[in-house]
Amino acid sequence: MDTVYSMLTLALIFSTPIIIASLGGLFSERSGVVNIALEGLMMFGGFAAGASVVLLEPSFAEGSLIAPLLALILGMIFGVLVSLIHAYLSVNIGADQVISGTAINLLAVGATVYLSQIIFGTPNNPSQRTPIYRTGFTKQTVPLLNKIPVIGDILFTNIYATVYLAFILVVISWYVINKTKFGLHLRATGENPHAADSMGINVYKIRYMGVIISGALAGLAGAVMILTQDIQYTVFSIHGTGFIALAALIFGKWKPFGVLYASLFFGFSQILGRYVNDIPLISKLPYEFFSALPYVITIIALVIFSSKVVGPKAAGEPYDKSKR
Amino acid sequence: MLTKIKRFISAEKNLSFTVPMIAIFLGFSFGVIIMLITGINPLDFFLALFEQVTGINISKIGTSKTVFNPRHIGELFVYSMPIILTGLSVAFAFRTGLFNIGAEGQLIMGSFGAIFIGVVFDLPMIIHLPLAVVTGVLFGAAWGFVPGFLKAKFNVHEVVVTILMNYIALYTANYLLKALPESDNARTVNVSETASLASQFFSELTNSSRFHWGFILVIIAVFIFWLIIDKTTFGFELRAAGFNKHASKYAGMKVDRNIMLSMVIAGAFAGLAGVIIAIGTFDYGRVLVAAEGYGFDGIAVALVGGTTAIGSVLAGLLFGALKASQTLIQLRGIPKDISNIIIASIVLFIAMQNGIKRFLIRFREREEE
Repeated sequence: MDTVYSMLTLALIFSTPIIIASLGGLFSERSGVVNIALEGLMMFGGFAAGASVVLLEPSFAEGSLIAPLLALILGMIFGVLVSLIHAYLSVNIGADQVISGTAINLLAVGATVYLSQIIFGTPNNPSQRTPIYRTGFTKQTVPLLNKIPVIGDILFTNIYATVYLAFILVVISWYVINKTKFGLHLRATGENPHAADSMGINVYKIRYMGVIISGALAGLAGAVMILTQDIQYTVFSIHGTGFIALAALIFGKWKPFGVLYASLFFGFSQILGRYVNDIPLISKLPYEFFSALPYVITIIALVIFSSKVVGPKAAGEPYDKSKR
Repeated sequence: MLTKIKRFISAEKNLSFTVPMIAIFLGFSFGVIIMLITGINPLDFFLALFEQVTGINISKIGTSKTVFNPRHIGELFVYSMPIILTGLSVAFAFRTGLFNIGAEGQLIMGSFGAIFIGVVFDLPMIIHLPLAVVTGVLFGAAWGFVPGFLKAKFNVHEVVVTILMNYIALYTANYLLKALPESDNARTVNVSETASLASQFFSELTNSSRFHWGFILVIIAVFIFWLIIDKTTFGFELRAAGFNKHASKYAGMKVDRNIMLSMVIAGAFAGLAGVIIAIGTFDYGRVLVAAEGYGFDGIAVALVGGTTAIGSVLAGLLFGALKASQTLIQLRGIPKDISNIIIASIVLFIAMQNGIKRFLIRFREREEE
């Protein structure tokens, strides 16, 4: 039974970056800007966090949370800065959002490795990655709550605090999208920008906000991923999680709680692949099956959803005021 | 003279040429700025690039060491050929108004198809080699068919499906490659000599580079692309659907069928790219940790090449040079990823083409005043 509990805990830990990045995609796409750059933004965030935690850790006591927390914030800031490129191209210039996103993904591969080498490489050792950090985040067990049967074992034993952060962000996102004026404007801009504009909403500003929030969340997701699932930043660290987040966004029908369930499912599927040999019923299946499963299921879901439109109607279309 | 140049640059009909050139110029400028900021002499970078393209190492002129090494030229083509093909793949779909981000996955499946035939069967070369090539192309085409079919029948967006299909291809191919006889966890055994595009002649000619017979297939592919797009009614219908889907339908064209066919052909080009990597460059199947980015480079090639056949060749050679020279760049003490930064920023500036066009048009209007 303990294996099952720790497996579920691990699934939660692996779902965390997917949830956070996917929420980022949600803010961008609900405002009408397609963001396939989530992967690249996560790489930038992960690099910023991985590099800064290595540089900051020596200044603080062993086990201090200050360095990793600062690293998370720097990851967010990096994500925001890079997302500004996407916002400028998509909103101001009316560029093809898929091309712009592709360019950022390409840039992430080059820039993060280049910077790693500039900052940490020496002439004799041109490193392609950031050095290994000392501690990063550590797994915690919440006293008292961990005594609750089942839930305590899964949710409060040997777990990163970042998991709770993801859940909190889901609730906040739900509230912002559905209950605030900003959320209403965001949705209006993504569904019908011309109507929104005629009601006095500044479409450009709202879309900028959407993309910037997505940059912050994707950067945070990358940072969380490096500081909880890795020991350093390499070009393979994010390994497609940004695209899984994109799939979770679609599978979750562009809704915060939908995103949460989809991400949990995808995270669980990843973990299942690791434990496959320990589970008698499915031990015959190759682990590649579980790696591919989220993508296959998302395609099937897309076909099932296709009869009715669920995504933001104006997503992907540059807004041109003169066409009103 | 100066006014003439200005007029040429800003003329409407030259935009398809000037916009990519400006993007390339700005991309390299951006790279130079990055190098200067990070304390690197950009001249070394350009020397490395020059050495890759011409085989001549300028720094060694006047010393007793060999100045000319033809291997660099051979390797330049080894890097260029697959991205020319993925470029054609993306460009072909683009002409029908489709964005094929799935060239990577189609390429991976194409590689597997060729390796499968090359490893499992034992046939005379005259049957074996064509069979391996065709199987790989068909595997790529089949992988392109899925998003095309879903787009045509269910109106599911091809961008999303092709992205997802890339990962499905990666994991499926890894599983299948490991399942082939005598494979280990990293690679298959070598394909039999009767199914290999490798060429001892070219290798010796270019100081043992991996340059191989695949270049003939690339030339044929470029020709077929040009033929279909520019010379056939089918190509015209594809382009028409790319401009206005509804008008094409109204004019009696089978738009749905054309969407499917367009993705199938795009997949075939990418599949061929996989073939020449698998049985030309390496001669064995590789179990990949992650996708290698040929598909994304293909997007860059197609966009910079203006989605034309000849443009894709030129852009493919440019980006192939940037990719291939990474080793030489690193040898001169520059982080090799500067070439990826330059490629990415060229694509960024291509994405800004609306802005560049607007600027050029304003430039012309000011000229006319």
